[in-house]
Amino acid sequence: MFAYIIRRVLYAVPILIGVNVLTFALFFVVNSPDDMARMHLGTKHVKQEAIDKWKQARGYDKPLFYNPGARGLEKFTDTIFFDKSARLFAFDFGKADDGRSISYDIRQRMLPSLAIAIPVFVVGILVNITFALLLAFFRATYLDVWGVILCVILMSISSLFYIIGGQYLISKLMHLVPISGYDSGLSSVKFLILPVLIGIVSGIGSGTRWYRTIFLEEIGKDYVRTARAKGLSELAVLFRHVLRNALIPILTGAVVVIPLLFMGSLLTESFFGIPGLGSYTIDAIQNQDFAIVRAMVFLGSVLYILGLLLTDISYTIADPRIRLS
Amino acid sequence: MIRSAVYNACRMAIRHIKVFSFYPWRAADRHPTGVRWRLYMLALLVLPWLASCDGRAWNNPYPASQDKANILYSAFSGRPKHLDPVRSYSSDEYLFIGQIYEPPLQYHYLKRPYRLEPLTADGMPRVVYLDSKGRVTTRDKAAFTRYIIRIRKGIRYQPHPALAVDEKGRPRYLGLNEAHLKRIRTLADFKYQGTRELVAADYVYQIKRIAHPRLQSPIYSLMADYIVGLRDYARRLRQIDRKLVANKGREAWLDLTRYPLRGVKLIDRYTYAILIKGRYPQFLYWLAMPFFAPVPPEAERFYMQPGMKERNLTLDWYPIGTGAYMLTVNDPNRRMVLERNPNYHEDRYPRHGMPGDRERGLLRDAGKRIPFIDKAVYSLEKETIPYWNKFLQGYYDASGISSDNFDQAIQFTTTGDVRLTDDMRRKGIRLVTAVQATTIYMGFNMKDPVVGGYGERARKLRQAISIAVDYEEYISIFANGRGVAAQSPIPPGIFGHRQGRAGINPVVYRWVNGRPRRRSIAEAKRLLAEAGYPGGRDARTGKPLLIHLDVRGGGPGDKAYWDWLRKQFRKIDLELVIRNTDYNRFREKMRKGNAQLFVWGWNADYPDPENFLFLLYGPNGKVDHGGENVANYANPEYDRLFERMKAMPNGPARQRIIDRMLAILRHDAPWLFGFHPRSFTLFHRWYHNVSPNLMAHNTLKYRRIDPLSRAQARQAWNRPVLWPVWLLLGLFVISLIPAIVVWRRRETRPMKEVD
Repeated sequence: MFAYIIRRVLYAVPILIGVNVLTFALFFVVNSPDDMARMHLGTKHVKQEAIDKWKQARGYDKPLFYNPGARGLEKFTDTIFFDKSARLFAFDFGKADDGRSISYDIRQRMLPSLAIAIPVFVVGILVNITFALLLAFFRATYLDVWGVILCVILMSISSLFYIIGGQYLISKLMHLVPISGYDSGLSSVKFLILPVLIGIVSGIGSGTRWYRTIFLEEIGKDYVRTARAKGLSELAVLFRHVLRNALIPILTGAVVVIPLLFMGSLLTESFFGIPGLGSYTIDAIQNQDFAIVRAMVFLGSVLYILGLLLTDISYTIADPRIRLS
Repeated sequence: MIRSAVYNACRMAIRHIKVFSFYPWRAADRHPTGVRWRLYMLALLVLPWLASCDGRAWNNPYPASQDKANILYSAFSGRPKHLDPVRSYSSDEYLFIGQIYEPPLQYHYLKRPYRLEPLTADGMPRVVYLDSKGRVTTRDKAAFTRYIIRIRKGIRYQPHPALAVDEKGRPRYLGLNEAHLKRIRTLADFKYQGTRELVAADYVYQIKRIAHPRLQSPIYSLMADYIVGLRDYARRLRQIDRKLVANKGREAWLDLTRYPLRGVKLIDRYTYAILIKGRYPQFLYWLAMPFFAPVPPEAERFYMQPGMKERNLTLDWYPIGTGAYMLTVNDPNRRMVLERNPNYHEDRYPRHGMPGDRERGLLRDAGKRIPFIDKAVYSLEKETIPYWNKFLQGYYDASGISSDNFDQAIQFTTTGDVRLTDDMRRKGIRLVTAVQATTIYMGFNMKDPVVGGYGERARKLRQAISIAVDYEEYISIFANGRGVAAQSPIPPGIFGHRQGRAGINPVVYRWVNGRPRRRSIAEAKRLLAEAGYPGGRDARTGKPLLIHLDVRGGGPGDKAYWDWLRKQFRKIDLELVIRNTDYNRFREKMRKGNAQLFVWGWNADYPDPENFLFLLYGPNGKVDHGGENVANYANPEYDRLFERMKAMPNGPARQRIIDRMLAILRHDAPWLFGFHPRSFTLFHRWYHNVSPNLMAHNTLKYRRIDPLSRAQARQAWNRPVLWPVWLLLGLFVISLIPAIVVWRRRETRPMKEVD
């Protein structure tokens, strides 16, 4: 397995280089360094002289990929691409265009993102699996039919509606929790209740239906018939046997997103005023802050690759027959 | 009394439930299972109610310790980019630094038209006119103007570690390295704080910073045209800095105190002088902006030490000023907190205002020492809906009104006046409106072969379009009445703007029954025909005339606006083609003069007509000179008048010149003078001394809060409503019954039936 992991890590290097090149090219197709400077310096009284100074101070006065004026290897290294991308592989994210340390901000913003994402992920999976097992248990009854209808309704509602509706109902009308905001430590709990609740409820529809399909497929298999023949109760069959055997597809969907929990959620963070990484990325795109955008894309890619690797490893735990080689 | 009895009963109940219900391993010894579970259920039902017994609202986002504190609560929607006074140039940032940094002058809080008065200066600057040889001369013959500013003695900086000194008077935090900074995360982590007296050299230092090669001040280019020697100084600093960086690295401190600037002189400890090329009376307004606030050199030296930048400890993020407030929490990702500066100098609320201010309660605190508020907490609030709801719950003290909430807050009377809805009035909310010193306009690119140029054909086409696009209708439909149709570039409240008949644009309006009425579409069509486009077709080619409007990155919400615009042009049989591009491409089109029509706006830097009329001054043309004249309008007579008007004091002579300039503009119609937005702001009943001052940035020190009134209102408005919770729980329990029935039936059926 160790050799497998090493191989996967090595595969990641060209993928990350590719992602970097693509991000860089896409960003600079839309924004030139001059545009970035103008966005940063504002709209009033800005002359080319100020723009040139801004670019020079941040190293955006060099060519993008190839520097014909340089000598030897510097033709490639004395460029914006090399300057801005090479350090990423050492996880040195550098500074944002406003001068703030990106690593510092990522560290600061990671916790609020996780504070929402982890409970939503864990409780959400438990709730979805429980509901799906119950629907599987009550299959072919009116409870199953109404359950599926309810799931389809829940799936059809936009997440923005859940957020605004939840804030209106629970915070504005019922006055149970603050509408938005965030605090550190235990004081954050009252701010997290509503976003977490909304995150769980908005995921019930699709999650339950997905797991229900998996369970129904498993229920038709021979080992389930054998378990019933042994005289096990239906609940025991579902929770003890079906659930275990359905773990592979569940892990495929679940483990891969674990590292991405760091990246936060744009809508939730925006509406609840939570200073996470989702809003950090969007703000950077709006402000044309390439330094943050490339750092976040790079981090997202690394985490996604990590998620895929973890998924593979989790298969071996869930099913001892699987060997990574 | 009843409340306290209930509260005591609650506490008793909690004690009992704690003992008997929440520790099953103990309760199991004393109670049979059934009794225990009944106690659990009781606890579950009673707990939420118990939690509300202390009377504090559950949805209060602030700590209990702040309930009755003298704190103002507000919000910011995006993190500020810069808090360095030499770099910051946006209202989001001035919200903070306006309270911290003190330039020598400020705007009188109450008096209108806007009037400058000394802030840290001990009087208005003394103005000396010099000829080209440096001899004192009269205003008319001046080649240079010297502003001599004397500051008040005894003003002290806020406590700050950069100013902390040891027993021998040496700076405590100099020569720091990574080891010293190991446990430092914010400025508050430094054990010692110090202060010192404000001196004129700090102002001189800050003016030099405008030319600092690493700071990129947005006003450098503008000021280099005025302050004597600033451009050469910047060039010299660039060379010095290049050597410094090569020798000592990028983070080395460039000590500007060692390099004199020709146009700025330190006269004595409390006096300095600025030398300006020619005459530029508007320079006084710049002296009321944070660009000209003092910065102690020690602070910059302190922040430039190794390890500081990595911790975001920079002058750009941790300001140091002499103002009424200091920034104590700087978390732009979440919250910014301003607290009263303990070293703030003697400052009083104005004793005089405008007629009617006394009746409005604006002089109730006349002559009292300011600031009134101890602390201002600004939370990050990106969306308008949560902000609005929290305002209605009393958790923010003031709010603007977005289009989504407009009907909830405002209603129009039969006479067309605005007033608050009954809900708002019941809460004691007040509405304060003000026409902003802003002009939103539709510009014609004067370099365009169709709509541009100075011939009759193009001019009449522009005039016809000006009549057709009905901005009164726009304000009514898209701005909920929050705006005033513009008659010229100059908004109300700025010298040069005329009210009534004398102030209308006669090309677009007639004066009928005491008010302006837009000229008819028939007149517009006549002008169009005279321009050579009868029926919207080019008389020479017979082809329909297409007009192109360039807009920037509109969302789905803009479709209605674009449809409306097309309808306006269709009224005179013209086809409008809307070209939507992203912001960068739009700006590029403007720079290169590739647009035909465009919508643009200008927000005043200072309350002088020059700040609006320069937007049409020829040498400011965007394409040819990279200036702010986006329409690329150039009329020699207008330019000549502008140059005369610019340096004149306000008075009848200046008004006459402005009238002539406006007449030229109205005739040439390089702009379709859109509208001036009107701001609507709501304030809670506990918020006092609110006078809209669109120019001043340091208004927080005048505001007053009644925290007790706010605490009572919050409590009354936010009582928890629990019955829906019980209802949901009940429904859930009821829904379990059929499930249990099915489950029991399944478990007892033979296996064959299960599948």
